[in-house]
Amino acid sequence: MDRKTIDLWVGVFMLMGFVALLFLAFKVGNLGSERNSATYTVEARFENIGGLKLKAPVKVAGVLVGRVTDIRLDGKKFQAVATLSLDKRFDFPKDTSASILTSGLLGEVYIGLEAGGDDKNLAQGDKISLTQSAVVLERLIGQFLFSKAAEGPDQPAAKK
Amino acid sequence: MIRGIQNIGARGIETVWRIGAMGRFFLLVLAHSGMSFRRIGLTIREIYFSGVMSLVIIMVSGLFVGMVLGLQGYETLQKYGAEETMGVLVALSLVRELGPVVTGLLFASRAGSAITAEIGLMKATEQLKAMDMMAIDPVARVVAPRFWAGVVSLPLLAMMFSAMGIFGGYIVAVLYVGTDPGVFWSNMQAAVDFRYDVWNGIIKSIAFGFAVSVIATFEGFDAAPTAEGVSRATTRTVVTSALTILAIDLVLTAFMLRDV
Repeated sequence: MDRKTIDLWVGVFMLMGFVALLFLAFKVGNLGSERNSATYTVEARFENIGGLKLKAPVKVAGVLVGRVTDIRLDGKKFQAVATLSLDKRFDFPKDTSASILTSGLLGEVYIGLEAGGDDKNLAQGDKISLTQSAVVLERLIGQFLFSKAAEGPDQPAAKK
Repeated sequence: MIRGIQNIGARGIETVWRIGAMGRFFLLVLAHSGMSFRRIGLTIREIYFSGVMSLVIIMVSGLFVGMVLGLQGYETLQKYGAEETMGVLVALSLVRELGPVVTGLLFASRAGSAITAEIGLMKATEQLKAMDMMAIDPVARVVAPRFWAGVVSLPLLAMMFSAMGIFGGYIVAVLYVGTDPGVFWSNMQAAVDFRYDVWNGIIKSIAFGFAVSVIATFEGFDAAPTAEGVSRATTRTVVTSALTILAIDLVLTAFMLRDV
């Protein structure tokens, strides 16, 4: 096999490797998808954020519109402050409410936004005032057991 | 009894000697690799033999592995109603682990064994000695181009393996099982981080490229100059490469994972 054919094939080989890298970067990985749209950030305060993590999705009606970019604690009010970066293509009314939700029983934790009816829209740096904290499963079970226990002793007595 | 203990000891000394000799050989190759960049044609020729000729086996196995991952993943994930995350499962397992490791193993048996046999036979037929007589350095002329060809080829092949595997997973998930293609890709993009997952996989494949190339060229260069010696050296290349790849993979994974 002569030199030229070998060079050609090695060139094809290198190109294929490069195409595979581009495929892994842009189609499989998140390179490109994150930076292709302008965003604006708003803050939301929660009593309890549960298992919310950085980069958790922000969804409206189940559609991804942004991500959680920062989570910190307000040391005075002892509230969690989550910074949401939202896609500039979407505007939301000022009285939009944010709640921490879980997709499915074991799924990932995300923030769901529910649009309100205000004429003005949320802008860069605004705060979302209507928030709903994460549901803590242990607390829920505790409440359930407590209410059961409260009505519990009556029933065996009624049977007698 | 005494013989047995003697044998164990001899084996141990032999192994340690091999590791040391291999380290010295690695440095020797690095020191003599100037020619493989100055006369790049030599290296390109070897990339053709070890890289381009491995394309078919790598891409076909990648496709099959991806499809199997898709099928097995669906079987388990649909029990939890999470078949939308099939793309994540396929992509992460391929990009992080299976791509580099399986490519390394296939490359060791497809190209590594060929390199060992070639160099070993050159030694057995005294071609290396003849080169030395003609004042041509056999390490620079024969070994180094093959070494660098392996180092360049393996990461490229690993990326192609992962890409083909993800394509295979796509075929199973979207065309066969019937999940939504948009969900398949968007879940994957949300979960796979380029700088963390993909990049670590590439680092792994580069490490495997160095390991397999050193082992293959060393075993060939060190082979006993007989037919039996060459056959033994070829076997050793495949066995040692496989063990080394898996050991390096364990160490690198332990270093790379963030949440462990």
